[in-house]
Parts: sequence; structure tokens; C-alpha cells
Amino acid sequence: MLSYASKRVSVGIVTLLAASIIVFAVLEIVPGDPARLMLGMNATEDAVRTLQEQMGFNQPLISRYFSWLGGLLTGDFGKSYTYSVPVFDLIKERVAVSLPLALISLALSTVIAIPVGLFSASRRGSIADTAAMGAAQIGIAIPNFWFALLLVYVFAVMLRLLPAGGFTGWENGLWPSIKSLILPSIALALPQASILARVTRSSLLDVLGEDYIRTARAKGLSRRRVLYHHALRNALIPVLTILGMQFSFLLAGTIIVENVFYLPGLGRLVFQAITQRDLIVVEGVVILLVATVIIVNLVVDLAYAIVDPRLWSRR
Amino acid sequence: MNIWKSFLIGTAIALLPATTSFAAKTDLVLGIVLEPPHLDPTAGAAAAIDEIVYANIFEGLTRIGPKGDVLPALSESWILSDDGKVYTFKLHKDVKFHDGTGFDAEDVKFSLDRARGDKSTNAQKGLFAAIDTVETVDSLTVKVTLKQPSGDFLYNMAWGDAVIVAPESADTNKDKPIGTGPFKLENWEKGSQIVIAKNPDYWGTPAKLEKATFRIIPDPAAATAALLAGDVQAFPVFPSYETIAQFQTDPRFKVVIGTTEGETVLGMNNKKPPFDNVNVRQAIAHAIDRKTVIDGAMFGFGAPIGSFFPPHHPAYFDLTAETTYDPELAKKLLAEAGHPNGFKTTLKLPPPTYARRGGEIIAAELREIGIDAEIIPVEWAQWLDQVFKNKDYDMTIVSHTEPNDLNIFARDDYYFNYDSATFKELIKQIEATSDGPKRTELYQQAQKLLAADEPAAFLFQLPKTGIWDAKIEGLWENGPIQANDLTAVKWID
Repeated sequence: MLSYASKRVSVGIVTLLAASIIVFAVLEIVPGDPARLMLGMNATEDAVRTLQEQMGFNQPLISRYFSWLGGLLTGDFGKSYTYSVPVFDLIKERVAVSLPLALISLALSTVIAIPVGLFSASRRGSIADTAAMGAAQIGIAIPNFWFALLLVYVFAVMLRLLPAGGFTGWENGLWPSIKSLILPSIALALPQASILARVTRSSLLDVLGEDYIRTARAKGLSRRRVLYHHALRNALIPVLTILGMQFSFLLAGTIIVENVFYLPGLGRLVFQAITQRDLIVVEGVVILLVATVIIVNLVVDLAYAIVDPRLWSRR
Repeated sequence: MNIWKSFLIGTAIALLPATTSFAAKTDLVLGIVLEPPHLDPTAGAAAAIDEIVYANIFEGLTRIGPKGDVLPALSESWILSDDGKVYTFKLHKDVKFHDGTGFDAEDVKFSLDRARGDKSTNAQKGLFAAIDTVETVDSLTVKVTLKQPSGDFLYNMAWGDAVIVAPESADTNKDKPIGTGPFKLENWEKGSQIVIAKNPDYWGTPAKLEKATFRIIPDPAAATAALLAGDVQAFPVFPSYETIAQFQTDPRFKVVIGTTEGETVLGMNNKKPPFDNVNVRQAIAHAIDRKTVIDGAMFGFGAPIGSFFPPHHPAYFDLTAETTYDPELAKKLLAEAGHPNGFKTTLKLPPPTYARRGGEIIAAELREIGIDAEIIPVEWAQWLDQVFKNKDYDMTIVSHTEPNDLNIFARDDYYFNYDSATFKELIKQIEATSDGPKRTELYQQAQKLLAADEPAAFLFQLPKTGIWDAKIEGLWENGPIQANDLTAVKWID
């Protein structure tokens, strides 16, 4: 068991280190000078040079990489070129929006998808199954920014029940904050739930076709008991994989939905930082996301082992 | 006793909304498209900085008014010496910065010296180039000596980049802007909104709003929804041209289409063949139908221009007739230049919609006269690097939004690569001439020269598409500078 876990962890660390080199190198190759971008079209050459020196761009690449890496290890993500505040504070503010949003969407999608998947699998080929899977197909096909706009027009513009967007900040009250996350999380959850429902269904159907299920049924167990106790548990591994991937996506891959609802999330921070050549912010966020993906995958790997105890004993 | 106290306060708070609802509203939520990188107008070119702080938080010696005229600000009056070289500014007294420190002549000297000094990272350092020395005569009098007379000096001092800052707070203005204006920064939730509140200790006419929130909404569809849902009550520069018609028919809103200082041009690399031939540049100008571009890229908003000058300026001279849409003439000019069958070239387009949509239309129009322009979309950072700095381009589309920027065509090594001794001489004369008919005459000569040389094809003036609640008064109609001056804004009931 320990070797299984420690192997996973060391693979994670190597991945993280490799990612840090790639992220840093790629961003340094991208054309565009942050100093010139900040000072614009009318700037004099000496003003641009002064700013470059102030931001430390005249130091060699390698030494900049190591001072950045050293900073990361001590929790110092550097200072944003454009905002001139610590990158860590920027990320912290954005995570306060993105993390709850991701968790709510994930919870919403799981709560919808697993029962639907179970239901469809247990009534395979029925009208209800066809209807549910048809709905899931539509859910995958609808672009989420369009669905988001639809939600805004119905609930904000027509009914005026919820805000059209924006985020008031947690310090201004729990309810207003939750309220501004409701529509975005629905918009994000719909396609995720659709995918998850389909995966749950097909994974369950695979398992239900296995010999040991027939044996269990032959032994005299009820359909229900076989479904919940024998099939579901074994069908969960692919579902967990998808869930892990969805969480990573929801944390930062939601730029479009964040734009529609003008939420100050991580996705928009990265996007803005890229266009403004705020490279240190991009590097910080990307490395944090890589770390998150690695950790989530680690948790998923360990969760496999809980679902399937055979993994503990293997090697 | 404590319970009683809190009970009373609680009751008072509970009654507050009921009593204030009879009075006019004193808070306002405005939508802006781009978040400023920081809030120090003396250390960055982003228009989004001035859109928050200009006239609201920071003030300069002079300021630009809604019509583009120069008005007194921190300096109540000034005297110009007979040789046109020495300005003596008389400052307002009893002015305080937001942190309570006093404002006097030393702050003016500090600010101007800082902006033009060696360590300056001022994005418009050129504005201060004419200054020779800055001296304090007494605590409320500043003497600025120029190297040569400058007709633009008072205008230059009105830019957001020339605001007066205090030595105590200059280094932290990016995050905690400390100015002398009628509003102070209350808080900035990065990525979300910036809130400014009335400065109760303001030296001049106090603001009528108690609080103003700038909410950052980059997406055009979201901007439309936010206005319709009432989440924001004003969008001074509304980004979604396609939905403006919807607001024009809605009595809840006022739609105000004004002009800006943004001359949108098809820039050409004047030193690179075939663009080094004036006939080729003229041919391209004649191949473009400005109306089609304005209708297609801007949904009809934007005034056509025939030279590099804003139509709202008193010295404007309409030269659009010089380059009418005439594909036959364009083909003839191309043939004269030795390209009867046209040529292949590239068109680099930065992200704004006017450039991307306008570029597609123009490329189609150029194809009609045989010019095959390959469209290359670039980001702003790439544009600045490739086009602006390294002049590695054939054609590009960009809007020059700085006010009073006719002189860019006189700059050495500017990205147009246009080099005309006559034009440089004209600009020199303009700069040395203070206002009056002589200056207007020179301005018009310069406009005509550009229309003849066509270093760029002049397309249209960028509009200021403002939409706000019909009950709001005092927002600017035009954009003589990129600012949202809220000092006179109020709700009417």
C-alpha cells in the first residue's frame, strides 16, 4: 500500500518539475515585451528601458528561472508586473471564486448524473432510458456560453430573480455571493452532468454484463441488491476518473462562462495575464493548476484503491 | 444600556432605506470593458486607468473639459511671459491629498520633475520634453520655463499622465491612489469592480454622487444583459454595437453616440515596396469604401475621415472627398505604379473588433483591384512588438486614441515609416504657435498634406457609444480624452 502511494507521489513531483521548466521556457519564447505593452504606443525608448530594468527583465533566463523556482518553494510566487501586487494574493482572491464555483458545479453534476446513469442502466432500452440519454446528448451538444446567456436572459433580464453576473465578494454576505454563483454553476454543470450520466450508464452496463453479476443473480440476490452492492461499486472507477478530470477543468477551464457572467475567477485571471504579458502571473497560475491536477489525480488514484482493494495489495 | 444603544442604532439603520428612497439616488454602477492594470496614470498607457481616475481621483494643473477645451484645475490661473517660454501657475489654496497631506508648489515641482526625470516610466514622457526647469516661487506659485515656446503646453499638462502626485504616496499610487480629486478609492476587488466614494474634504465643487462602482464586464453579450437587468446603470463606452438599436427603442435608456480622439487608420509601411510608391497608397485609399467598413465593422457608428484629425475639432477640414471610393481609379493608379495585376501582401490585425471586422471587409475590397492581402490576426503584445516596434508589417489597422496626436507622422522611426520634411516643418510651426487663426491654418495645411501623401488610409473616427439610465445626467457625450469624469453626474427624479 505504501509503495503504491509513494510511487504515485514521486511521479507527481517529477511531473511538476518538468511542467515548471516547460511553462517557464514556453512563456519566455512567446513574443511581446511586457514593459512596452504597459507603456503603450506613445512611450519613449528610455522610459521602456527603465521599466524593463525595474522589472528585472535584463537578467539572464536561467537565473530568473531559479529565483522563480526558489520563490515557489518558499511560497513566494513573485509580484505581478501589471498589478504590482503579490501573485499569491491575486490567486488567492480568484480561488475564492473559482473553487466554490467548481465545487458547486461538481456537486450539482454528480447529484444529477449518477442517479440518471443508474436509472438508465437499470432500464436499458426503455423509453425513459432513451429520453434520458437523448437529453444528455443535447446537454453535451449545447455550447455552455450559449446556455449561460439563455439562463441570464430568463432569470436575470426577464424574471429579475438573479444577477446577470458579477461577484460581490464573500465579505459582503454569503447569500449575495451564492446567488451570483447559481447561474454560472448551472451553466457549467449541464454538460458535465451529461457526460457523467453517459459514462455512469455505459460503465454500469459493462459491469452488468460480467459473469459475476449473473452468478450473483443466480445465487438469488435481488436486482436492486446486485445493482447497488455489486455493480455500482465496480462501475465507479471510470466515473471517478471523469470526475477528477472535470474538477481540474472546472477550476480553470471556465474562461468563457466566467466572461459571460463577468466573474473574477482563475480562468479570466490567466486569460487577462496572457494578453497583458503578465508572465509571472501566468506562470504562477499554471504551476498551481498543474499541482492541482496532479493532486486530484493522486486522490483519484487512491480512491480507486478504496473502491477496488485489490490495488492495495498489488506490488 | 448597551442593548438599548444597539436597539436604537438597529432601528435607525432599518429606517434608513425608507427615508432615503424619497431623495434622489446617490450611487451609480458603471460598466467598463477593460480592467486597469493599476491606478497610477503616471506609470502606464492603459486607457482603463484614466477611465477610473481622471478628474475623479487625480487632478493636474489643467484639465480637459467635456468639449476638449483646456480648463483650470489645481492651477486657478496662469500667466505666460511675452517670449512664450515662461508659465507662472497660481495654485488653489487649501487643497489636500486624500491622505490628509497638504498640496503646494513643491508637489507640482516633484510631479513634473519625476515625470521627466531619468528614472521616469511615464508612458507619455514626450509631453514633458519642452520643459527646461520647474521652480517654486512661493508655496502657491510655480514657474515653469520651457526650452522653446509650446502652443500645446497647457493641453499637455491636462493629460492624465501629467496629474499632480505627492512625494509621500507617489510610489504606492498603483494600488492605493492618493490624489486631490473629488472622489477617493474605496476598494478594488481585482477582476470584479472598483469602488470610489465622495471625498468630503474636496477643495472645489463637491461631487453629487456619494459612491460610484466601476464594474468590469469584458464580454459584449454580458454588457447587454447587465444593462437590461439593471445590474449596471451606465455604460459610457458600450462595447456591443450590434445591440445598440435595441436600447435606442427602450425609453428606460438614453443612447448617446459621440466622437472620440480615436482616428482609425489602415497603416502602411511607407518604406517597404510597393507601399513606398504614393500611387499605390492612393490606390488602396480609393479602393476602400468607408461607408461599407463603418456599416460592416461598426454597425454604422463612426464618422468617416479623410485625414488624421478628429471631426469635432474646430480646425477640422473635411478631406473625405479626396479619397472617394473609386475602384476604377484605384486600378489605374496601381497600373501607373507598375502593378497592373495587383500584388500579394499581408494585413496584420490587432484584437479589437474594429480591426478584425474592418480588416476582413478591406481585404475583400482590395481583392477587387487585384491586391491579395493575407489577414494575420495578432495579439496586442505581438502587434506592439512586430508592427509598432520592429516595423515588420505591410499593412495594419489600428485606432490612434491619444488626443492631439497629429505629430506622430512627424516622428522619426514611427511605425508608418513616413518621412516628410514638409510635414515635420509644419508640426514644428504648429508646436511653436499658440492658439488662433494661424494655428488653425497650419493644422489644415498638415491635414491636406497627409491626405495627399496618404501615409495611411484614413478610415473613420472611433465613436463613443454611451448608454445609460434615462434618469442620469452629467456623463460626457464625447470622449475628447479617455475618461469618465463623474464630478457632475447625478440622478434626476
